[in-house]
Amino acid sequence: MELFTNQVLAGIATGAIYACMALAVVMIYQAIDHLNFAQGEMAMFSTFVCWQLMQWGVPYWGAFLITLVFSFAGGIAIERLLFKPLAKAPILTNVAGFIALYAIINSVAGLIWDFTIKQFPTPFGSSPFLGSQLISTHQAGMIGVTLMLLVLLFVFFRFTRMGLAMRAAASLPESARLVGINTSWMIALGWGMAAAIGAIAGMLIAPVVFLEPNMMLGVLIYGFAAAVLGGLTSPLGAVVGGFLVGVFENLVGTYIPGVGNELKLPIALALIVTVLVVNPAGLFGRPIVKRV
Amino acid sequence: MSAVEDVVTEAPAVEAVPKRAMTLGYGTSLVMLGLLIVAPMFVKNFIIFQLTMLLIYGLAVLALNILTGGSGQFSLGQSAFYAVGAYTSAILMEHVGMNYALTLPIAGIVCFGFGFLFGQPALRLSGVYLALATFALATAMPQLLKLGYFEHWTGGVQGLVVTKPDAPFGLPMSQDMWLYYFTLVVTIAIYIFSVNLLRSRSGRAFMAIRDNEIAASAMGIDVALYKTLAFGVSAGITGVAGGLGAITVQFVAPDGYTISLAINLFLGMVVGGVGWLPGSIVGSAFIIFVPNIAEGISKGLSGAVFGILLFLVIFLVPHGARQVAIVAQQLIGKLKKN
Repeated sequence: MELFTNQVLAGIATGAIYACMALAVVMIYQAIDHLNFAQGEMAMFSTFVCWQLMQWGVPYWGAFLITLVFSFAGGIAIERLLFKPLAKAPILTNVAGFIALYAIINSVAGLIWDFTIKQFPTPFGSSPFLGSQLISTHQAGMIGVTLMLLVLLFVFFRFTRMGLAMRAAASLPESARLVGINTSWMIALGWGMAAAIGAIAGMLIAPVVFLEPNMMLGVLIYGFAAAVLGGLTSPLGAVVGGFLVGVFENLVGTYIPGVGNELKLPIALALIVTVLVVNPAGLFGRPIVKRV
Repeated sequence: MSAVEDVVTEAPAVEAVPKRAMTLGYGTSLVMLGLLIVAPMFVKNFIIFQLTMLLIYGLAVLALNILTGGSGQFSLGQSAFYAVGAYTSAILMEHVGMNYALTLPIAGIVCFGFGFLFGQPALRLSGVYLALATFALATAMPQLLKLGYFEHWTGGVQGLVVTKPDAPFGLPMSQDMWLYYFTLVVTIAIYIFSVNLLRSRSGRAFMAIRDNEIAASAMGIDVALYKTLAFGVSAGITGVAGGLGAITVQFVAPDGYTISLAINLFLGMVVGGVGWLPGSIVGSAFIIFVPNIAEGISKGLSGAVFGILLFLVIFLVPHGARQVAIVAQQLIGKLKKN
């Protein structure tokens, strides 16, 4: 029983990261109807920036904040420069654009910081949390930061004018424009926020998976799985999906023999395909009906 | 929001390419063929090897082109089919001792089956969802190949070494050159097959689905069948390419078939022009020679150069090599008039 509780809690902790990635993916999906395949690489790059700042002697939380601002600005810049001109292009062109971005960021990060594995510090420490053997303080910290982020986002979208404007721009762009919302900038803002959320996910998971240019590939696939499970149109769904996927991953790894670390990605693949086939709208998403 | 979304009239995922614009004229084709036959006679073995790889990747890009340019479905997972083909050939040659030429059709059939099966769940997906599922397939493939259960056959992380075939009938040519001509024959056969496929009833069905799925089904096209068929054919051709690749490189290992291979093939298709079959060879040349040039500029920069070039293509020549070819044709036409 203790093993079970332990695995569930650890699953919730990694699930928190998947939830962040899924949330970032969903934010961009809501804004422009495309999946950002470069989301993981953007997060990885931000994490490297944070690491570099700390190498230069900036304290953890200072580096954390600067990285968030950098990621936010970076996300907006990417949207303005590269994806705004592609808004009307066919899906294929957009997918190609995301793939190109993926390749560029991955390669540039490898060039600047090379491919050796680096340690990334945790601000929470790794001693047992509250004296219990079940979960470490870092894992508790991951869960805590994610929950805080969720509350902040909820408050932002529910109670601020800006949040309302962003929701309006995402659900009915035409009408939003008619009431005077600058929908184009709302999309850029969505990109910036997604980049910042991704950066948080990257900085939280880096102490666990270690820092290197390919560290986010697995996390991104699980983030996609979480977003698909929760429904790509629902931020709440993305978060719930993230936690579910994290727990699922851990339990499958523990109780099904032969499924160790080496089968992590195939499990995510199976999960994505199953959800898409059984219920493409996900748990919380809206089904989409097409007409000629 | 209500459960049923209001009208979603989407633009087609891929821009429509007319059937005529998908191939080259006879004259140009013959010139190309002549060049490909003569080329290896004047160069060193290593360049012959590169030319062979050019044809092999050309085949893989062609396969993706049939899927995307023909039937309008995406795949970021071609590396998975390529890997299955390569492993099928390698295992048959090394464990069963089969002749290399015979392993290719088997690799093709195995991949056709695999693609057809993967096409079943993919049926319900379109656009980004399909890109997502295939992306996941490509990332999962190396881990599946490393799996302990199959280690006896696949060699696990170590991979398998494949023997290079000699030229038959005592022909006086080097192994590399023989392999080049062998690949060339296979490539031409598959190219002709593809051109004819796209001109056939099935090809027209693919294109109808690409341009408007619902309208296609209203015309009586079995959408499910043709979509999975396109996946199967594409995977089958990729499998043959993978088998040829295994024989040429003499080695298969899980890390040779990662997501970056899938990205390269996708990139090759975009550069060559989606839906323009001869563009496949241009795209393939791009993915083989550009990394060398990029490595020359700075080690490890090839990804960035790739990405930047891809953006340039998207912004400046969204139809890739096809667009360049059309412009060139018009220029030549003008010059002739003057």
